Amino acid sequence: MIPEPEGELFHAPWEPRVMALTLAMGATGLWNIDMSRAARETLAHYRSLSYYEIWLAALEKLVADSGALQEPATPPLRVLRAELVAATLARGSPFTRAPSRPARFAVGDRVRMRADQPTHHTRLPGYARGKIGVVTRLHGVHVFPDTNASGQGECPQWLYTIAFEERELWGEEPAQRSTVSVDAFEPYLDPF
Amino acid sequence: MHDDDHEHGSQHEASAVGALELRVRALETVLTQKGYVETAALDALIDAYQRKIGPHNGARVVARSWCDPKFHRWLLEDATAAIASLGFTGRQGEHMVAVENTADVHNLVVCTLCSCYPWSVLGLPPTWYKSAAYRARAVKDPRGVLHEFGVELPAAMRIRIWDSTAEVRYLVVPRRPPGTEHLSESDLAALVTRDSMIGTGLPRAPA
Repeated sequence: MIPEPEGELFHAPWEPRVMALTLAMGATGLWNIDMSRAARETLAHYRSLSYYEIWLAALEKLVADSGALQEPATPPLRVLRAELVAATLARGSPFTRAPSRPARFAVGDRVRMRADQPTHHTRLPGYARGKIGVVTRLHGVHVFPDTNASGQGECPQWLYTIAFEERELWGEEPAQRSTVSVDAFEPYLDPF
Repeated sequence: MHDDDHEHGSQHEASAVGALELRVRALETVLTQKGYVETAALDALIDAYQRKIGPHNGARVVARSWCDPKFHRWLLEDATAAIASLGFTGRQGEHMVAVENTADVHNLVVCTLCSCYPWSVLGLPPTWYKSAAYRARAVKDPRGVLHEFGVELPAAMRIRIWDSTAEVRYLVVPRRPPGTEHLSESDLAALVTRDSMIGTGLPRAPA
């Protein structure tokens, strides 16, 4: 890893254009951020591409799949205007939703992460699958990426921070004195 | 290396960049012509992240927490609201958690799955943060990673690594450097580096 000075944002003139195109197209409502991530993470040559090359290839895929290039083209829900950029960025898009049922787990509960390897978009890291951790925080109910990425809807789920001991994750004596925490959705968890 | 190998290498690189430029220009052209994006909006987005939204925002949050105990408590209890009170809100910072370094604990933030990062307080992520190497090693060998950044932590210190797997974004609050009691809040903010708010660095010492 090469530490990088602050202020060095881009390494070629096309990179900021890709960043801006991605954000502006995101504002059109043709897809959501989970679909965007899924498009990136399913690129065949992901490992050999740089960050913005990934963004570009995913954007091309999303545009092609969205119907934007067909005749007649899929109309955008909205078009981002220059004078609204600052306000739009400042508003963001909160992912929390009203809870419709109580949380299944509480702070201090021990949980085991699901061990299966789903073929759909998901947010459970491989290193945590099947591992046992402790709930340290509840974050309310959030849009569920697994369904949101495939157009099945937001299906909001309770979101938890789960802390794992070093030995549990890496199977070695705790040489680093480290704890790793992930933010996991309720469907990823089973009681332990 | 032979001279013509070097020339062939840089020509290849130049044509690769040229091909990318063409792809991006073609995409921008078709999306603009079809009315999905406006050129002025694209320029405004780039300007926002080049000039306005950057680690200087997070530095102000940290400096305020060092100076104001009430704000410090608020930041740790409800980072989203505390940070919003300073005007830093929005895209990729809608749900913030502040984690503070102490004498016993050092915090490190990563996104192993992609490169999620608290854009609203730190701007765009650095290249190393997005690299496969950082994303894999930060969770498994944080001390090795920190060593490469020139940060050596005492063996007794615990390291808490936060993998930003959902939409919650993490801001590390580094420890206030000693000998800074006389500094103004803006002088303090100048000591807070981007890397210290990710966890791969420490704040600067006062001059």
